[in-house]
Amino acid sequence: MTTVDEVRRAPAGTRVALFATCANDVMFPQTPKAVVTLLERLGCEVVFPAGQTCCGQAFTNTGYFDEAVPVVRNYVRTFRDYDYIVGPSGSCVGSVRHQHEMLGRHAGDPGLAREAAAVAARTYDISEFVVDVLGMTDVGAYFPHKVTYHPTCHSMRVAQVGDKPMRLLQAVRGITVLPLVDDDRCCGFGGTFAMKNPDISTAMAGDKARHVADTGAEYLVAGDNLCLLNISGVLNRQSAGVKPIHLAEILASREGERT
Amino acid sequence: MSVQDRTSGAAGRAPVAGLPAPRFEGVRKTPAPPEGELIDEPRFPVAAKRELELPVQRGNLHHAMTTIRTKRARVTAELGHWEELRLAGEAIKNRTLRHLDSYLLQLEENLTAAGAVVHWARDAAEANRIVVDLVREALADEDVTYDGTGEAGAEVVKVKSMVTQEIGLNEALEEAGIAAWETDLAEIIVQLGHDRPSHFLVPAIHRNRAEVREIFLDEMGNYGKPAPPDLDSEPRNLAGAARLHLREKFLRAKVGVSGANFAVAESGTLVIVESEGNGRMCLTLPQTLITVTGIEKVLPTFDDLEVFLQLLPRSSTAERMNPYTSLWTGPRAGDGPEKMHVVLLDNGRTRVLSDPQGRSALRCIRCSACLNVCPVYEKVGGHAYGSVYPGPIGSILTPQLRGTSSAVDKSLPFASSLCGACFDVCPVRIPIPDLLVYMRHQVVAAKKAEAKNTRRPFLTHGEPAAMTAAAWMMSDAKRWIAATKGAGIGGKLLGRADHLGPLPWPASLWTNARDVPVPPKESFRSWWQREREGNQR
Amino acid sequence: MTTASTRNDQARAEIMARIRSSLSDVPDTPPEQDTPVAWTYHAATRPDLDHAGVIDLFVERVEDYRATVVRCRTAEVPDRIAAALREHGARSVVVPAGLDGGWVAALGEFEVRRDEPRLSRAQLNETDAVVTASAVSAAESGTIVLDHRQDQGRRALSLVPDLHVCVVRSDQVVTDVPEAVARLAPSVRDEHLPLTWISGGSATSDIELSRVEGVHGPRTLVVVLTQD
Repeated sequence: MTTVDEVRRAPAGTRVALFATCANDVMFPQTPKAVVTLLERLGCEVVFPAGQTCCGQAFTNTGYFDEAVPVVRNYVRTFRDYDYIVGPSGSCVGSVRHQHEMLGRHAGDPGLAREAAAVAARTYDISEFVVDVLGMTDVGAYFPHKVTYHPTCHSMRVAQVGDKPMRLLQAVRGITVLPLVDDDRCCGFGGTFAMKNPDISTAMAGDKARHVADTGAEYLVAGDNLCLLNISGVLNRQSAGVKPIHLAEILASREGERT
Repeated sequence: MSVQDRTSGAAGRAPVAGLPAPRFEGVRKTPAPPEGELIDEPRFPVAAKRELELPVQRGNLHHAMTTIRTKRARVTAELGHWEELRLAGEAIKNRTLRHLDSYLLQLEENLTAAGAVVHWARDAAEANRIVVDLVREALADEDVTYDGTGEAGAEVVKVKSMVTQEIGLNEALEEAGIAAWETDLAEIIVQLGHDRPSHFLVPAIHRNRAEVREIFLDEMGNYGKPAPPDLDSEPRNLAGAARLHLREKFLRAKVGVSGANFAVAESGTLVIVESEGNGRMCLTLPQTLITVTGIEKVLPTFDDLEVFLQLLPRSSTAERMNPYTSLWTGPRAGDGPEKMHVVLLDNGRTRVLSDPQGRSALRCIRCSACLNVCPVYEKVGGHAYGSVYPGPIGSILTPQLRGTSSAVDKSLPFASSLCGACFDVCPVRIPIPDLLVYMRHQVVAAKKAEAKNTRRPFLTHGEPAAMTAAAWMMSDAKRWIAATKGAGIGGKLLGRADHLGPLPWPASLWTNARDVPVPPKESFRSWWQREREGNQR
Repeated sequence: MTTASTRNDQARAEIMARIRSSLSDVPDTPPEQDTPVAWTYHAATRPDLDHAGVIDLFVERVEDYRATVVRCRTAEVPDRIAAALREHGARSVVVPAGLDGGWVAALGEFEVRRDEPRLSRAQLNETDAVVTASAVSAAESGTIVLDHRQDQGRRALSLVPDLHVCVVRSDQVVTDVPEAVARLAPSVRDEHLPLTWISGGSATSDIELSRVEGVHGPRTLVVVLTQD
C-alpha cells in the first residue's frame, strides 16, 4: 500500500476548476472541500471560479428548457477557459455532458450549442478525473471502516463513470467494501420525481435503505449527495445507524485525519 | 377482499369511440369490462397511490419483475453480438419509419397479391366499423368450407392483441351482438375477471393464483365450459381448465381476429410471436382471419426478421426463442383461413411520426423489457398509467398518440425518476429518458401557454412562476449568493440538532418519510472566500 | 353514397397524406442510403462449431425446452416413430399426405388417419398424435421450422393433437436464426408457404410467472433426429 508521498502526482501545474454544484455549495460544503483537499494532495492547482451557479438539471428535467438556457450560458461563461472542470456529482456532470448542447440547440443558438459541447467535453466527475486524467486508483487514502456503495443512476447511465468509483474505493487502506443487493436499482430520488410522486419515491427509498441496512455497513457511499440524502433520510428515520458519506470525502481521508 | 371489489372505475359511459352508448336489452355475451375510459383515469401520482396499496399486486410484481429481469440479462449476455443486434434493430426501424409511405404501399401490394384484402383505418372508430362489418360478413359467408363443430354463434376468437385493446374492439363487437373471446390465458383471466390488463406480456400479473381460481370458478360456466368444481389453484391445473374451456371455442369459431408483431413489406407476410398455441389456433382453424395492425409494425424485408426474431424473444419472455412463431403470406388453399383481411391502423401514429424526435417511440416492438426493469412500474403496475401501453414506453408513446390534453396524459411523462434503466434494455434503443424529458418540456410549454391565456399565472400555475424565479437566481452568481446568504442561518438558530424530523407542508412531502440534516452554518463559497481569498478569479 | 370501398380509398389517401406530411424533414433519398444498417445478414453465428457440434448444440437446446430428442440413423426412423407413439400411449395418429411411405408403413399397430379427405376439427381433436417431417432447424435457439409442404401437412395437423412426433434430418440443421431465415426465404417469397417455428412445447408464465408447460398446442413434442 502506498503512502501519500509515494502516490503518483499529476503533471506539475495541472490546473483544475472546481465545479462545486449548487446543492453542495449550500447543503454539503464538506464535499467540495474534500475534493480540494484530495486534488491538492495529488498535485493539482485547484481554483474555484466564483461565477459558477448550477448545471440546471432541475429545470431541464422538469421540462423547463427555456429557464435552463441562461443557467447553461452561465456555466459556459464560467468554465470556458479551463482545461479541466471537476465536480463531485455524477448527475450534474452527466447533465452538463448530455443536456447542455441540446439546450443550446433548443435556444436556437448554434454558437452556444458548440461552446457548451466543448466545455462539457472537459467536465469530469471526480472519480473519472482521478482515474482517467491523473491515471491513478490509489490516492493514498485511509478509511478503516465498513462501507457499502450505491452507484447512482445518473452517474452510471448518463455520466457513465463505470467501475471507477469502485476501483478507487477498493484501493483505500483499511476499508471494507461490502456488496449491496440490487445496487443498480434507483433510490427513488429522481429530482422533482420525489416531490411529484412522493409515495412511490418513498417506497423505492425504503427498499434501498433496507438493502443498505442489511449489509451491516457503517457508511453508505455514493457520488451524489442528494441521492445520499434521500436514502440516509429513510435510514435515519429507521434509526439504522448507517452514516452517509460522499466518495470524495473518503478519498480525501488520511491516516489520523478526517476532512 | 373479493375479486369483484377490485374493478371499480370511473362512472360508466359509452366505452366505444364513435359508436352510440350501449343499450343492452338482454344479457351481455361477454363479461363487462370496468366502466369508464382509460383516458379519464386520474393523473399518475393519484392512480399510483391507489395501486401502491394493493399488497397482492405489489408482491406479484416484485417477484415477477425480478425474475424476468434476471433471466433477460442472462439470455442477452449469452449472445456475443447483442449490442450489434440492438443497433441493427434501431436502424431497420428508423429506415422503415422514415420511408413509411413507400413500405406501406409495398406491404399493401404484396398482401393483395398474396390474396389478402387490405383496409385502411384512420382512427379507432373507423377500424371498429370495418372489423364489425367484416365479421358480420364472415359469419354469414356461405362460400367457405366450414369444418368446425356444432353451430358457430355470433362470435370471434382473438389472439392477444394490444392494438385491438387500444381501439376498444371487443366492446364494439359486443355492441354489434358479437362475442369476442380472448384466448390468451392472461387475457381470459382479465376478461372473465371484468378487469384490465396491467402488462403487455403477462397482463394478469396483478392476480395471484387464488384469485385466478376464483375467477375461473365464478365465471367460466357463464361463457362456456365451466371450470371443474374441484379446481385447485395450481397454475398447471388453472392452465388446464383454460385449455378445456377454450378448446370448444377453437373447434367451432368461424372467425379469428389477431394483431401482428411484424408485417413484412417485401412479401406481404404477417408474423405472430406467442407461447401458448392459442395464436396458432386462431390463425389456422377459423375460415376467416382478420388482422388489425398499427402502421408502424411494418418491416422492409423478410431477411429483417433474422434481427427481430432474435431481439424480441430474448427481450420479452427472456427465452432464446418463444415456443411458437407463425408466419403466413395470404390465404393458402387447403390450409387455414380461406378469407383474409388486414386492417392498417393510424389512430395517432402519424401524429407521433410528425415529430422527428418523438417518432423514435414508434420503433417499439412491444417486448415489455422496459416495464420489467422500471423501478416505478414495479411498485405500481400497469393500472396506474391510464393507458393500454403502461410503463416507460407508455409514458412517452401514449401522450403522443392521444395528445396531452387529459390530466393523465399530462402526468405520464413525469411518471419516472429518470433512472435510465429502460434505455439499457430496449432492443431498439429508444432513448426513453431523453424522450421523457422532451415530453415534459411539451407539457410545460402547454401549461405556460394556458397560463398566459387564463392570466392567473401564480394561483393556477405556481410551478412555472417558481421555476422562472429560481432560474433567474441560478443564471448569475451574484443573485445566487444573495439568495443563499440565509442558508446558514437555520443552522445557527437550531444549534446542536443535527437532523430535522417531519416538517409542515410542502416540506412534509419529503420529510414524512425522511429526516433531513440541518443546513450547515457556512456555504462552501463563503468558506473558500474566507480561507482562500485571492485564489479565485 | 359512400361505399365501403370509396371510404377505404379516402382513408388510404388521407393516411398517406398524413405520413408524407409527417416525414417532410426526410430527404428524398432511397431508404438504404438514407439509413444504412450496419448488419451482416445470413451470417453463421457459431464459427467455433463443426456440423457435429451444431447438432449437439441443437439437441442440448431442444432438450432444454423439455422436448425429447431421439437420435438415430435414417433406417431406424420408422421404428423410432412407432416407439415414441407407443411410449406416450397414442392409439390414433394423423399423417400428412406426403409423409414418407416407409414411415407410414411402420405404423400398423396404430389407427392411422390420413388427411384426405380433410379431417374435421373435431376429428383432429380426437386424434392422439401427429407425425411430420420438417423444413429447417436452428441449433442456437433450439427451433424447428415447418413449412407445411406435403410431408408436414397443413398447419392444423401439427397443432390440434396432443403429441407431435417430428422428424428432423441432420442436414436440415443450421446454427441459428439468420441462416434459418435465409434458407426459408424462397419458400415464403416465391411460394407463399406458411411457416410455423416451434421451440419446445407450448407454455405460459401468465399465472404469477410460474411456468406451465403445455396449454393449447401439442403438450408433448418428440424430435426424431437422423444422424447420417
